[in-house]
Amino acid sequence: MRPVAVVGTGKTPFGAFPERDLRSLAVESVHKCLENSGLTADQAEAFYLGNFAGPSFVGQNHLAPYIATEAGIRDVPCTRIEAACASSGSAFFHAWAAVAAGIYDIVLVAGVEKMTSQSTARVAEILAGAGDMAGEMAAGATFPALFAMIAKRHMYEFGTTREQLAQVAVKNHHHGAMNPMAHMRKEITVEKALAGKMICDPLTVFDCSLVSDGAACVALAAVDRARDFRAKPVRVLGIAQTSGPVALDQKESITTFEAVRRAGEKAYKMAGVAAADIQFAELHDCFTIAEILATEDLGFVPKGQGGPYAASGATALGGARPVNASGGLKSKGHPVGATGVAQICDVVEQLRGEAGERQIAGARLGLAQNLGGSGATAVVTILGLE
Amino acid sequence: MTGTVYTETTIYSPPEAFAGEAPYQLAMIHLDSGTRLTARIHGDPVRIGDRVALAEVRNSIHYFRKANLEVSHQHDPPRDRDRL
Repeated sequence: MRPVAVVGTGKTPFGAFPERDLRSLAVESVHKCLENSGLTADQAEAFYLGNFAGPSFVGQNHLAPYIATEAGIRDVPCTRIEAACASSGSAFFHAWAAVAAGIYDIVLVAGVEKMTSQSTARVAEILAGAGDMAGEMAAGATFPALFAMIAKRHMYEFGTTREQLAQVAVKNHHHGAMNPMAHMRKEITVEKALAGKMICDPLTVFDCSLVSDGAACVALAAVDRARDFRAKPVRVLGIAQTSGPVALDQKESITTFEAVRRAGEKAYKMAGVAAADIQFAELHDCFTIAEILATEDLGFVPKGQGGPYAASGATALGGARPVNASGGLKSKGHPVGATGVAQICDVVEQLRGEAGERQIAGARLGLAQNLGGSGATAVVTILGLE
Repeated sequence: MTGTVYTETTIYSPPEAFAGEAPYQLAMIHLDSGTRLTARIHGDPVRIGDRVALAEVRNSIHYFRKANLEVSHQHDPPRDRDRL
């Protein structure tokens, strides 16, 4: 297995863009990535696309060549990967694996989702397809309901409070307010979060991530080629994808995502680092409780301590280990198929020192965690400077 | 069929198919047989640890009702009991 680096990034803003279609968003992210890396489209030896539900959201299938040819990428393998909200994290993993194995020297990985052209009820219905449609979803569950049940159990086992959940949202909105690419750039308060419209008890609308349009793209290259490119290369030091049951009620415990814990363990081992070494992270805060679980499952704090940890300020910019300096899915936005690659872009920006007023001083080692469904797919990536 | 409430939520923002029924309570029941089932709750709201019994199965959805028994944690799985 040979070392691999990220040599370029490109993102569209995240938001609601009624005038933009799925392909134009994806192509914009690819072109920005080519520009950022100094690559030309014909240098890409393969194209991987993360997309959850283009066929349902916009009626288009066969998306990988549909996007690639429009972006100027021709004749090479173009493959779409679907793993719910971890679609582009998984696409990134498979692209990394192919370069690490020596099959390709240079590949492009993009993620895209166009969600806002559908009604909220229809969006919820499409997203529910990432759960067990014959089981919990048939009984009337939704993803907010599944994470609400996780939150209730976490509160019961560990004493986590609604205020601690709200503090995750307040922090991520604070970060996102400083991110020009974020969907919802506004500060909120704990009081406002607690008083928000109840979606599924105990989660209010402020505990839930956003329904967004957007795309992101990265270029990966074998490290011995990485210096040929314009941007400062960032090494993929450790990466793992793991899986578990799709149905939440089939998991032994719902207050741990075992797939995340295992992916973290494997990625730490590959990188030769410990959880304590990670300086900052982009974690999959599809709901506030999910960020709390991730900080525990990745070993930032012991199981059960994620709530007090979120409330301590340690995970805010200026704290000991900033989490979601981009604003996270909560404020930056969550075009589900784009999220995994966008997280990689955000970690890379920090490592290159390009994060503007959100820059973490001395950033050398960061982590991205992408989650599919209620823990059925997990991808953990550790990135660092050489 | 009886069991213990492992976790629960009340849904105020339902999927389209159940729009007329909200708010409704959904619970994950740890059945005495050892498996878990996601079900709906009839009647009084339930909390984690409450004993429940199957009331009916309609359109393939299991509906449970609070059992008139004292609250017990004896049917929580061992891993959870160890944590408490």
